[in-house]
Amino acid sequence: MSRPLVEVKDLAKIFDVSPPWLNRVVERKPRQFVHAVDGVSFSIERGKTLALVGESGCGKSTVARLLVGLYEPTRGSVEFDGADTAKTLASSGALALRRRMQMIFQDPYASLNPRWKVQDIIAEPLREHGLIVGLEAQRARVAELLQSVGLTAADREKFPHQFSGGQRQRISIARALATQPEFLVCDEPTSALDVSVQAQVLNIMKDLQRARGLTYLFISHNLAVVRHVSDQVGVMYLGRLVELADKADLFARPRHPYTRMLLDAIPDIHMSGRSRTPVQGEVPNPLNPPSGCSFHPRCPHAGPRCKAERPALLEIKGVRVACHAVEEGRI
Amino acid sequence: MSTPLLEVRHLRVEFPTRRGTLLALDDINFDIAPGEILGVVGESGAGKSLTGAAIIGLLDPPGRIASGEILLEGRRIDNLPYEQMRKIRGRQIGAIFQDPLTSLNPLYTVGQQLIETITTHLDLSQAQARARAIELLEQTGIPAAAERIDQYPHQFSGGMRQRVVIALALAASPKLIVADEPTTALDVSIQAQIIALLKRICKEQGAAVMLVTHDMGVIAETCDRVAVLYAGRVAEIGPVHDVIHKPAHPYTAGLMGSIPAMDEDRERLLQIDGAMPRLNAIPTGCAYNPRCPRVFERCRSERPELVSVGAGRAACWLHAQAPVSELEGAR
Repeated sequence: MSRPLVEVKDLAKIFDVSPPWLNRVVERKPRQFVHAVDGVSFSIERGKTLALVGESGCGKSTVARLLVGLYEPTRGSVEFDGADTAKTLASSGALALRRRMQMIFQDPYASLNPRWKVQDIIAEPLREHGLIVGLEAQRARVAELLQSVGLTAADREKFPHQFSGGQRQRISIARALATQPEFLVCDEPTSALDVSVQAQVLNIMKDLQRARGLTYLFISHNLAVVRHVSDQVGVMYLGRLVELADKADLFARPRHPYTRMLLDAIPDIHMSGRSRTPVQGEVPNPLNPPSGCSFHPRCPHAGPRCKAERPALLEIKGVRVACHAVEEGRI
Repeated sequence: MSTPLLEVRHLRVEFPTRRGTLLALDDINFDIAPGEILGVVGESGAGKSLTGAAIIGLLDPPGRIASGEILLEGRRIDNLPYEQMRKIRGRQIGAIFQDPLTSLNPLYTVGQQLIETITTHLDLSQAQARARAIELLEQTGIPAAAERIDQYPHQFSGGMRQRVVIALALAASPKLIVADEPTTALDVSIQAQIIALLKRICKEQGAAVMLVTHDMGVIAETCDRVAVLYAGRVAEIGPVHDVIHKPAHPYTAGLMGSIPAMDEDRERLLQIDGAMPRLNAIPTGCAYNPRCPRVFERCRSERPELVSVGAGRAACWLHAQAPVSELEGAR
């Protein structure tokens, strides 16, 4: 098998959320840190989609930003096509690397400049990277990009407010595709959209992947969407990866109790009347995460070891799971 | 059939603007029986929240009810003076909104807000009201209610805040609760908890619920009947099982097909091309006709009325001449 396109090793990001210096001195408050991402490792094969799922605050968007270099990792590394991203971005190869990976953001209302025409928005990466020189050539390329996402060349002259949410998200996709990247990081690309529009965007993303061999990191909290688009799924909880498996495995045989809980929590549209384990508790405060396995206060299978010792992500029967109970064969 | 708790008859809501009057709700008809949970589903802009707002008498100006009537237990409530409506709101109709943070006042403790609501509607002393408030918080599953009652909303997590909002809505034991996207702002695991809570508590109190949401899964789990709204009109209304498994209106069929399913694999999702029309450009005839795969001549010229189809009703010309079975192929 060939080398994976993206390889993430022991990635961590710690944010300093301490109160200001004066408050710390006067009110004797300690420094505070959030371990937004804490030792995450995975790799993505060329042309495949890895989805990261989890609830708010689990660090999935931070991982996305770390991957494209919007944040600098506190620890660990991201390797893109064999080269360390952080090092490359600090060197002269930064522009070339940025050209190869692009990002699609969640909110198509906030990620497009309302004062720019679509032509300027989509041509910006072309100008920035000096890919196509000359206005006419740029216009032709923008028209081509718009058509590839199901819009028309005439849309170049419009402003973002003239489009619906789904159309705006397609403009973001067209902009991301402008530099002909190999890797797209999609941070909740359809969460702000209605279901029928979501279907349009997901179909376009899948078509583009097939046509151009794109590799995706797909961040979402919607398991049904993840099941539709991904090849591999990573489940995150409080900054850590708790389970990483092929899509079919994960949905057919979820191992980690948190994955089971997430799957159980999805409303059942076909009303098969399956019994659901009531979900317990809420995500703890990331400022003060529980000891050991951070899921233990909500876990029905928690034992004394789970409170004391943090489980490592181990490969068990082809699936990587971080859970003492699974490792010991208790569940 | 017993007398319905709520009757909405030919409701039209319009927004006068400088460029003409926009008809946001056009001839909406439905009933809610005592103790029944009616789901109202649709995409952004379909008018689902507006229907809720019209019922609780909280339409934002310049929006106004142009014609039609709303009856609560046979008594008209749409034309009541503000003060009388204020007494009904909270006492007979409770409301739950999407964002639990903005529906609570950040400057008052949770207890003060609950006690205010209780003493406004019920003839209780401060001490009795406080006891009732604690009881309500316990019913909605807030641990250590007696201590947490004196905390401020910011000290509660999102899920806990939504529980407080539900407690507020239930404070005076109303017969009807209008819940506008009560779980949209919450994570899936919390969403499942809140839905279970809403179902249990309404059953216990015998309250009927109008549940406005865009999430078909939530509807399937919770509701007895569902109304599908499109461009300010009811496209289909019927028992939830029928609407989901045998949609009579092509829009409902498209909506169901565009939801990624958890139990089947499809390479592409069914997509409904285009977007919902803007209010100033609703097509003549059936509002769905430009996007409908089964459109024919009559759809473009004549507006369909709701006609009985099976156990439900649908506004579609297909049913003026053909039985439901013909639609199976469209799914």
